[in-house]
Amino acid sequence: MSKKMQVSITVNGEAHDLLTEPRELLIYVLRERLNLTGAHVGCETSHCGACTVDMNGKSVKACTVFAAQANGAAITTIEGLGNPDALHVLQQTFREHHGLQCGYCTPGMITRAHRLLLENPNPTEEEVRFGIAGNLCRCTGYQNIVKSILAAAAELNATKEAAQ
Amino acid sequence: MIAAAFEYHRPANIDQALDVLTRHGDDARVIAGGHSLIPMMKLRMTSIEHLVDLQDIAEMKGISVVDGRITIGALTTQHDLITHPELARAAPILAEAALQIADPQVRYMGTVGGNVANGDPGNDMPGLMQCLDAMFTLVGPDGSRDVAAREFYHSAYVTARGDDEILTKISFAASHSGYAYEKQKRKVGDYATAACAALITKVGGRCTAASVAMTNLSDTPIWSAAAGAALIDTTCDADAVRSAVAAALSDINPTGDNRGPVEFKRHVAGIIIGRAITRAVARA
Repeated sequence: MSKKMQVSITVNGEAHDLLTEPRELLIYVLRERLNLTGAHVGCETSHCGACTVDMNGKSVKACTVFAAQANGAAITTIEGLGNPDALHVLQQTFREHHGLQCGYCTPGMITRAHRLLLENPNPTEEEVRFGIAGNLCRCTGYQNIVKSILAAAAELNATKEAAQ
Repeated sequence: MIAAAFEYHRPANIDQALDVLTRHGDDARVIAGGHSLIPMMKLRMTSIEHLVDLQDIAEMKGISVVDGRITIGALTTQHDLITHPELARAAPILAEAALQIADPQVRYMGTVGGNVANGDPGNDMPGLMQCLDAMFTLVGPDGSRDVAAREFYHSAYVTARGDDEILTKISFAASHSGYAYEKQKRKVGDYATAACAALITKVGGRCTAASVAMTNLSDTPIWSAAAGAALIDTTCDADAVRSAVAAALSDINPTGDNRGPVEFKRHVAGIIIGRAITRAVARA
């Protein structure tokens, strides 16, 4: 056992102080200490993207970040994007366009798509495919995921225009 | 997968980081984005007693273009390289190469310094830096020194960097050459089966300068002086490109692995080198 350390992180707007071993992985901090089980453990080798969360404005694979590195970070997980009573636009469009089958990759996929659309609000299909290249899905063949993300982009842009 | 236990350090500046390295010798290791090191630690292929996280060291971040010289802090991420407008004008080959590394999540974390310092023959930035004739700045307890990228790599994971030194920045001259970074990989996120960086300058239809370097085709990146020489003073026609490819192929020493046997790698390398040179010539 290594020396434990105090880690302060803000997750979905809520501040947490935790005593952890520095080697603990961020994904386990989120899932097992904070009970935020939306982000999944898939390959645990930074290939599949099921554990994707947003950290300081970047999409990261939470299986490849030590708790100690996340000290001071602001993190958003799928739980911070929407909830069953108020779905995020991406959650809505994934439902409408059948962007998921088993659902295992979905939290990572949507969290990644959320950051992608913040950086590029009007992506082409090719840019969507390139932008989600770090997230694997073994069910859908990606077609409906891409459709869902493009539909969310269109809806977000329409809402923005209506507000202006 | 749980890494072996370590003590964590997060120094605020280079001096503090060097101090930890000096105190703990080869029990200490620096970490930047961690996307090469953390997987190795989780697999227990390496164990580190003192992990020195460089993320708070502001003086190792950022990109500057001054008087035609580009300086990139070692902690600059691949994502930063892709999205920096001034760098896109001064050295567009960096974004072209960075976009072919790993996937978006890894590019947000992975740094250019980690990519060049690690000494993994599969990393893309070392070959690119040899093509650009970049200098690496190493800072240690005895001060700072510069090592040319073309002199830095000794064998796989063995470089000119001492255990008590930190690679803090990279610099190279901006170039208005034609450029290309070509990479063949099995799937998104994979290391290269073969990759090649090319820079070509033409004046009045004739090639005046040419630089060709390759990734993952030997246990170090390979800069081929002979390939460049085969292009200089030619019009870079098909014959000249064929000679340059042949010269480059005689400088590599690939080994068979799960990306294919030696014959296959040489075949892929020939095609990739030819494409890189041809595309750089078209842009020159």
